[in-house]
Amino acid sequence: MSTNGSNGFEPRLIGFLCRWCSYNGADLAGTSRLKYPPNMVPIKTNCSGRVDATHILKALQEGADGVLIAGCHPGDCHYINGNYRTAGRFPLTEKLLEQLGLEHGRVRLEWVSAAEGDKFARVVTEFTEQIRALGPLGWNAQFRDESAEADTAVAAKEAVPA
Amino acid sequence: MSKFKFAMYWAGSCGGCEISVLEIKEKILDVDANFDVVFWPAAADFKYKDVEGYDDGFIDLCLFNGCIRNSENEHLAKLLREKSKVLVAFGSCAATGGIPGLANVANAQEIKDLVYRDNPSLDNPEGVYPQERYTMPEGELELPHMYDTVKTLAQTIDVDYFMPGCPPEAHQIATVLDVVIAALKGEGPLPAKGATIGVAPKTCCDECKRVKEEKKISSFRRIWEFLPDAEQCLLEQGLICMGPATQAGCGSRCTTVGMPCRGCYGAPEGVVDQGAKMLSTVASIIDAPTPEEIAKIAASVPDPVGTFYRFGLADSLLRRARV
Repeated sequence: MSTNGSNGFEPRLIGFLCRWCSYNGADLAGTSRLKYPPNMVPIKTNCSGRVDATHILKALQEGADGVLIAGCHPGDCHYINGNYRTAGRFPLTEKLLEQLGLEHGRVRLEWVSAAEGDKFARVVTEFTEQIRALGPLGWNAQFRDESAEADTAVAAKEAVPA
Repeated sequence: MSKFKFAMYWAGSCGGCEISVLEIKEKILDVDANFDVVFWPAAADFKYKDVEGYDDGFIDLCLFNGCIRNSENEHLAKLLREKSKVLVAFGSCAATGGIPGLANVANAQEIKDLVYRDNPSLDNPEGVYPQERYTMPEGELELPHMYDTVKTLAQTIDVDYFMPGCPPEAHQIATVLDVVIAALKGEGPLPAKGATIGVAPKTCCDECKRVKEEKKISSFRRIWEFLPDAEQCLLEQGLICMGPATQAGCGSRCTTVGMPCRGCYGAPEGVVDQGAKMLSTVASIIDAPTPEEIAKIAASVPDPVGTFYRFGLADSLLRRARV
């Protein structure tokens, strides 16, 4: 990803899009020639209810700066109530991430129908700017080899005459 | 014939795993008949320098319990790896971080501040903190270096087998010892390297005898709020029971006596992240008419990290909180 953004940071976003509504909304945005930032990698899922919290955590752990989940509006689910499951999982996942020290807004849930190409473009634009403002997540950067710190301590100890 | 060599070590743990080995009762006689104990701080007086003096691969079976919390734990893990032929991550702490892994919501300094400065029951007017080294007239004293992040054993060294449980159940320990003894005698194969041993197929839910129907819950309850029905599935009664996302093997002892499963046997086969899986499950069975109401009920779970990652935070995808 290029780093020529205004603050030298281009957000890397993952979008899980339901194939019946939001993915088609994305297609409509494309065929309508709507412009929106190229920062989000879309992943087609059969239903927003297929998106497990595991997928969100995995995306964040592997380097995503933000994760969008988009599905059919309530009442429109191709599988009757898949998006009602999403409606429950999302706030609980958000609460978990908050406990783990992530800023509010790193993950986002939106209902986007197949007719809402304009909404899709707006959501991706907003979300990209939202994450740009939050800055990089860089989850794995916090892990370091702490045994190295201990080794220094042991070496110092061995240098002391018995 | 000389006996096989047995070692057991506790790193960041409570000592319950040591007790669980003694809980195998008369089976301990088989252990004695086949093994010489060459290192077991809880039960026998060996020193670290004794272990350092052993040849590489001298120990035939090492049961390593406890997480990697500090430099001493890590040093012993590396040492015992060199000296052991078969090394088992024994118990939840070694396998998945266990209860001590929950310390990953904070770092070492925050924990020390709470324990030595901010705890309301504390009497420490001079603000004394433990020092890693202290010089006495007789020489320098050293304490291990405490890490910011609790690690599982496999995040530290190469592990041959994983045996979950807090603690592992006695009948599972007995079975595993039989397999290892037979293998050492050349009478049978060892499981494939990296296997989870001492468990049963499927999930804790599968072993549980409670009556299960369609799961629909309209509010969450906690175990101290009511007396659960003796027959009905605990999850259906609104208790967060980790049974559906927990490896079988314990015989569902907790749910049998009315306590929801807390997940100590870890993720079932094929599950990457136990807590995320259970979170997704729990949030999917909420029964309310509108997405807003469902969201409100889901967000009422008081402590998602402590509930869903009680034994597995250190081994989860994100491993710790960002602080």
